This record gives sequence, C-alpha cells and structure tokens, in this order.
Amino acid sequence: MIPARWRELFGLIPVTLLVTAGFTAVLITRSESTSEVTTTYGLFFLGCCVFAHLFIRARLPHADPYIFPLAASLAAIGLVMIYRIDEELAREQAQWFVVGLLLFVATIVFLRDHRVLERYRYTIAAVGLALLFMPRLPGIGSQVNGAFLAVKIGPIQFQPAEFAKIAIIIFLASYLNDTREVLVKGRIPRLSMKHFGPLLLVWGASMLMLVFIRDLGSSLMFFGGFLALVYVATARLSLVAAGFGLFVVGATFLANNISHVHERVDIWRDPFASDVVDKEGYQVAQGLFAQADGGLFGTGFGESLLKLPSGQSILPAPHTDLIYAVFTNELGLFGAVALIVAYLLFTERGFKTAMVAQDGFTKLLAVGLTAVFALQVFVIVGGVTKTIPLTGVTLPFVSYGGSSIVANFVLIALLLIVSDSARRGAPREGGLVAS
Amino acid sequence: MNRQIVQLFTLLAVLFGILVFATSWWTVWGRDGLEDNTANRRPLLEDLRVPRGDILAEDGTVLAHSNAQGSGEQKIYVRDYPEGSLFAHAIGYSFIDQRVGLEESRNDELTGEKNEFLTLFEELVGHEREGDDVHTNLDPAAQQVAMEALGSNTGAVVAMEPATGKVRVMVSSPTFDPNEWEEHSRELNQAEGAPIVNRATQSRYPPGSTMKAVTASAAIDSGEYTPDSIVSGESPKIIGGAPLSNCCAEGSGDYGPLTLTQALTQSVNTVWAEVGEKLGAGTMLDYMEKFGFNSDPPLDYPHDQMVESGVVKANGDLADENDGFDVGRVAIGQGGAEGQTQATPLQMATVAATIGNDGVRMRPRLTDRIVDKDGRVRDTIDPSEETRVLKTESADQVQVMMESVVQSGTATAAQIPGVAVAGKTGTAERGDGTNNAWFIAFAPADEPKVAIAVVVENTTGQGGQIAAPIAKQVMENLLG
Repeated sequence: MIPARWRELFGLIPVTLLVTAGFTAVLITRSESTSEVTTTYGLFFLGCCVFAHLFIRARLPHADPYIFPLAASLAAIGLVMIYRIDEELAREQAQWFVVGLLLFVATIVFLRDHRVLERYRYTIAAVGLALLFMPRLPGIGSQVNGAFLAVKIGPIQFQPAEFAKIAIIIFLASYLNDTREVLVKGRIPRLSMKHFGPLLLVWGASMLMLVFIRDLGSSLMFFGGFLALVYVATARLSLVAAGFGLFVVGATFLANNISHVHERVDIWRDPFASDVVDKEGYQVAQGLFAQADGGLFGTGFGESLLKLPSGQSILPAPHTDLIYAVFTNELGLFGAVALIVAYLLFTERGFKTAMVAQDGFTKLLAVGLTAVFALQVFVIVGGVTKTIPLTGVTLPFVSYGGSSIVANFVLIALLLIVSDSARRGAPREGGLVAS
Repeated sequence: MNRQIVQLFTLLAVLFGILVFATSWWTVWGRDGLEDNTANRRPLLEDLRVPRGDILAEDGTVLAHSNAQGSGEQKIYVRDYPEGSLFAHAIGYSFIDQRVGLEESRNDELTGEKNEFLTLFEELVGHEREGDDVHTNLDPAAQQVAMEALGSNTGAVVAMEPATGKVRVMVSSPTFDPNEWEEHSRELNQAEGAPIVNRATQSRYPPGSTMKAVTASAAIDSGEYTPDSIVSGESPKIIGGAPLSNCCAEGSGDYGPLTLTQALTQSVNTVWAEVGEKLGAGTMLDYMEKFGFNSDPPLDYPHDQMVESGVVKANGDLADENDGFDVGRVAIGQGGAEGQTQATPLQMATVAATIGNDGVRMRPRLTDRIVDKDGRVRDTIDPSEETRVLKTESADQVQVMMESVVQSGTATAAQIPGVAVAGKTGTAERGDGTNNAWFIAFAPADEPKVAIAVVVENTTGQGGQIAAPIAKQVMENLLG
C-alpha cells in the first residue's frame, strides 16, 4: 500500500487540476482568452499546498492523509468561485488563505500535544464566550442584516463566532470527558448542578446568542455540536432528547417573540409570497431561482448570471451566504452533490480519527470539531435550499471570509494533531473508507 | 464511544442526504415551477445573453432584430424593431421586463432553446447558443394599407388565407413603437386609448350583424332553412319576450315576406332573431363552437393575450345552453345580461375564412417556418385543419348569400372590380350614440385568397360605410 504521506501528496493533484481548470474556464468565459494569471494562480496555490504537505510530513507523519487534500480542494473550489464573482475579493481570499496556512503551521508548531488543552479548559471556555459576545460590545461590534456577527477593530473585521466554536468544542470535549462517568451512572442521571450546570450553561449561552447576537445559524450549529458531544460521551439519548426539547422550546419562544427570528421563519415558510418575494424573501427566492437555473449540469463555470445589464446585483451575497446557489447554478446538481460528498468525506475522516483515538478527550475533541464543521455545512446549505430558515454562516473553506478560512485552518490543524497522535500507535485498520 | 460515533456519522450522512434531496428538488423537479415564477427574472435575463433570432415578414422584411451591446460578461443583445409601430401588436416586443406577442409565443425558437442534453452537447463541441429566425406569413404592404386605412380610428384588422390559415395582416389601432417600450413602458401602459392592447385578439366586441353569417350557416347546414326559404320580415316582433324592431339598425321597418338570402342582403334583424329562436340555443352554440367560439384561439400567440369569443354573461363568464340567454338577440350579435354575443376580430376573420374555405376551419398561424442561422429549415408549420364546420354545399350556399350582400346589400362599398367579394356588415350600437362598425368578408368568393375582419370602435357611421371600405383596400392589396 502506498504510504499515507504519498497519498496525501497525490490527493493534491485534483486540487491543482481544479484550480487551473477553474480559473481557465472563468477566464475563457470572461475574455475569450487565457492569460498567464491562470497559471500563476494555479502554481501559487499548488506551492502553498505542497509546502503544507511537506510541513505535515515533517511534523505529523502519521496524520490522516485525506483531511488536508479535502480541505485544500474545498478552498480551491471556493477561490475559483470567488474569483469568478469578484477578482478583488479573490485576491483578499487568497491572502487569507495564506494567513490561515500560517496559523495552521503555528498551531502545529506550538501545540505539540493537544492534551495540554485540557488543562486550560476554563480559560478557553471564557475566551470562547467572550468572543461570542464581542459583536455586541459598543464601538467594535457591528450589525449585519439584524444580526450581530462581526467585530471591527480598526481596518480589521472578523467574525468571532468562527473562533468561538473551536474554543467551546475544546471545553466541552474536556468537560464531558471528565463528567461522563457521572452522567452515565444510574438509570436516571442525578440532577446536581455540578454536573448539569455546564449543560444548562451551554443551553443558556446558545439561547442568549439568539437574543443578543441574533445569530440563529451559529446558535443552531453550537447547540447541535453540543448535543452530538453529549451523545457520544454518554450514549444517553434521553439527555440528547431533553437538550433538543429545551432548544426547541427556546427557539419557538424566540421565533414568536423576536421579530428578526420571526421574520426568518416566515420567509422560510413562503419566500415566494407576493408581498415578500421582492423584499425580505428576495435573497432566499433569488438563491432558489439560481439553483433552478442550474438544472442537472449547470450553466458552466463563469456562466452564472449574477448581475443585471445595469451592473446591479441579482443575487445578494453571492460570495458568502449564497455561494452554494452560485455553485449549483454553474455546476448543476452534479456539481452540488460532488461538493456535499466532499464535505461528507471530510466528516468521515474526522470521525475516523475519533474512532482510532485511544483516550476520551481525544475522541470527543475530534468528534466535536468534525460535528460542528459538518453542522455548519448543513446550516448554510440547508438555508440556501430552504430546508431550514436561512441564516448567515459561511460554507467552510468555500465562502469568502477571512475569519472563516483562518478558523477552519486551525480546526484542521487540531484534527491533524489529534489524528497524528491517535494513529501513531494505533494499528492500521479498515474503516468506512480504507485508510 | 465508537458505536455512538458511527451513529452520529449516520445521522450527519442522513442530514447531507436531505441536502442532496433538497438541491435535486430545486434543480430538477421544482425547476419548471421556479422558472415560471413571475418574480424570477433570470430566464428573461438569460435570454438577453443569447443572440435572439430575427423575425421576418413573408417577403423577408426584417421585423425584429437583435444588436449586441456591451462586452464580456456584460454583453447582452437588445431588440430593435425596424418597422416601428407597424407590427407592434403582431410581433410584440422582448425586453428585460416584459415579453409579449410572437416574441413570447416563439421564444423557445428565437432563443434556440433545446433540451438540456442537446445544449450541453453543443457546449461541449463549442457551439454557442444562438436563436433561430422566425419567418412569418405577415405581408408588410397589406399591413401598411390596413394601418393607413384605419388611420386615427380605434379598431383592428385581421386578414388570413382561408385555405391555409396563414395570417397575412394583424393590425390594432392605436398602436405604439415597441422600440420605445423600455423607456416609456409606464406612459404606454397608462396611455389613453390603450395602445398596448392588441384589439385583434384581446378585445371582445358585440359583433352585431356579422354574427348573422354564423346564424345563416347554422340555419342552412342544420337543414332547417334554404337560401330561398320564405321568412317574415315584419317589425316589430316579440323576441325573447321583448319587442325587437328593424328600425334604426340597418335598413328599416317592415320588410314583409322575403327569402332568407334577401334577409341577409338587407340584414333584417327580426328575421335572423326568429331564425335563432327556431334553431334554439343548443344548435346555435353548437355551430358557434365549431366556428371556434368558446375556446382558446389556436393561434401561435400567447394565451394570455387572446380571449375566447362566445356568449358572455354580465360577470364576464361564458354562458352555456342552460343559462337562459336570449338566443334571438344572440343570433344577431347582441344579447342581454344573461348572455351577449361577443367576438374578437380574429374570431370573426375565422368565421369568414371558414365559410370561404368550403366550411373547413383551418388553424390560424402567424409563423410559416423556423430557420437557423445557417439557413437550414428547422421546422415548417404546415396548414392544419381544426374542424369541418359546414358541409361543402352549405358553405357554398352561405357564400352565395354573402356575395349578394356585397353586390346589392349593405356592403356595396366593399366591391372590387372584377372580383366577387362575399361579406357581411355589422353595426353594434354602443348605447352612447356611437357604434362599433364591423365588416367580415372573403374574396374571390369561390376560391378565396383572403378572408378579413375589420372593426372600428366608437364611430357614428355603420359597418358598410366605415369598415367595408377598409376591408376592400386591404383585400385589393392582398389580391394584387
């Protein structure tokens, strides 16, 4: 069998092809001739990936060989899509890709053993919560579409929720690893504040997020990740059901009482209603129109219609919230399914990592990071396809957004560290996908 | 914990499966619904990026053409109508915010829309999508004559070839310049006289005495009457429970006993109302339906820009046999609250064409053929028979009766030297002292090359004075 690291390197070949072919297609559509920009972009991107690969080879030789190529493929697709939407944004995204890669390297260099994180769990939790509430602070917080998502310090704007998700998962993994014995013991879990306090705290925090930050998407994602961890840690469906019930109760209450949330739900019910479709429902409706336009095979790379002849945009936020709609528009159902499959493979690798890990914290950490990543995909793609109300979270690695790409690079750095330690001693075994 | 992890993975896989299902839903099953959604301007915009095919008149005159504007991703094609207002209603227009007329009904051909697989194949082999040309049956010279003859009048002219259903002339007045639509759509929408309405297909008028051509056809074909049947032309008569008199419509007063042919020639209301009552609502509706009333006109024109002709109730619905309408007045193109005959110029032209074509109703069509940019004919629209309305002998007899109308009756103004014209006038009082003047005709009577309907709204004159001369000029032009 080919050694893991070589498989990782070969995995980068499709990445290169994607970037080069994508840029070429976009440029052909645009100017009917290719320029050297194509190859420059492609080579630069490939260079970054090979560098990362060599770095992983040196520092984490046993890490899962598919996680990085999958992430790089997604980033490559995202970069091409963003380039096609707006060249300037693509340049910025490429810079953030490099920053993300540097942070990825830094994480691996400074965090030799992820178990160190357990020691600082309360600090990490505090940082996470602080990050979450930052957008609400006067002076630096900023409101977008009724939600408080971003923080602005000087020229730099970032979305703290992207980083908070990692911090909270680290905390939960560590905390649940300690208390799961107690939680599991007995037929009915003892209702002590010591053990249930944190659960209620997290529930409360996600509800508060709905109220204060009005970020329905992140809230859903966090709480989903939390329930996933509780279930894996305790194997108790009753706890998950209770948590889910609490969430539904809270969300229903808020949907009825906070106009911003209420409006989202109304749009979701019928974005095509005549009094909604050109106003509040415009984004959802136009996203669906764009997807319908794609059909089975799509209109082709670079062919999607984003602007009116007047230059006015027909698809709001094509590079962030609705990038999945642009993707489906240009590459059709087949392209969209390929993208979802890529995310599913990534999820599978994350869970695989968790399964081969030996200790509870490592398992929970890998599960938590992967679950929250997968749920983020579900929240945004579900929103764009009208499966659930649309809320503004990014499509990991694909959407435009510095915070998102940097945070997700840290996330895969953690996954690779965990994976390296887990597989170092573990026997090779077959799994859902041969590893 | 590994068991739970596998379960969790399964759950997430199911969630992702739901996403795949949802995407499939919007891109495949729900696709048509979304593309037809009126809030979706995407299909219109997409079409702007395709070099749209030309629309041409029968003699090759370009009626609609697309010019490139902008470049690169912003490159679009903008429609130009070289003939301006002359073909505004027949051709319609295609701009970003609206598309009507033939531009809409032949949109798939004009934009080169194929099924998805073919498009993909064409893209793979590097074939750019481009629209096909639509060649119509319209005759620019006759169209011009009709437009000028209508002049400042409000009204419409429809002329077609009876044997083939080819629509040669479709004029509605007042008209507008489609080149000005984009900038002046608001003004045009609100303009006095409603210039954007295609009166040839969208306006229903009481057809007045032109309806007697239908009633005569039903009378002869049903075997109840012959052209020589003696009928009573006395006036007034009780029709539908109320007195009906011949005075003040066309001709006047008491005609005494006369033949059915004479009754048509002089357009005697009391005779034809009585004929209608004798035939009964069932028979009348039966023949009307065969002539095309009570159903969507089969013209290659957008359905929402055509109305059905028929017996219209006060609420706008079409009446049926059981609605108890006054069949006597319906038979002379009038009626009451329970039902009033109303017809579009297109419908009445179809009546004339059907009688002229030995009783066979042909499908009317604006389009003759679809030709791609390389000159290959992609599709030819062949003459197509809708239904046989009258036996050949009946049609011949009605034709002779209608010839008499032009020779010695109410429509002498439509006579063309050396050509036998068969026709019927109509004058429908509007109740405000003015009339809608009608004339329907076909010529040459025994082997007609043209059938025509003319309506002029809001005139003080009668069908024979106002509408017949217009029809004459157009027919003369078409007969060469």
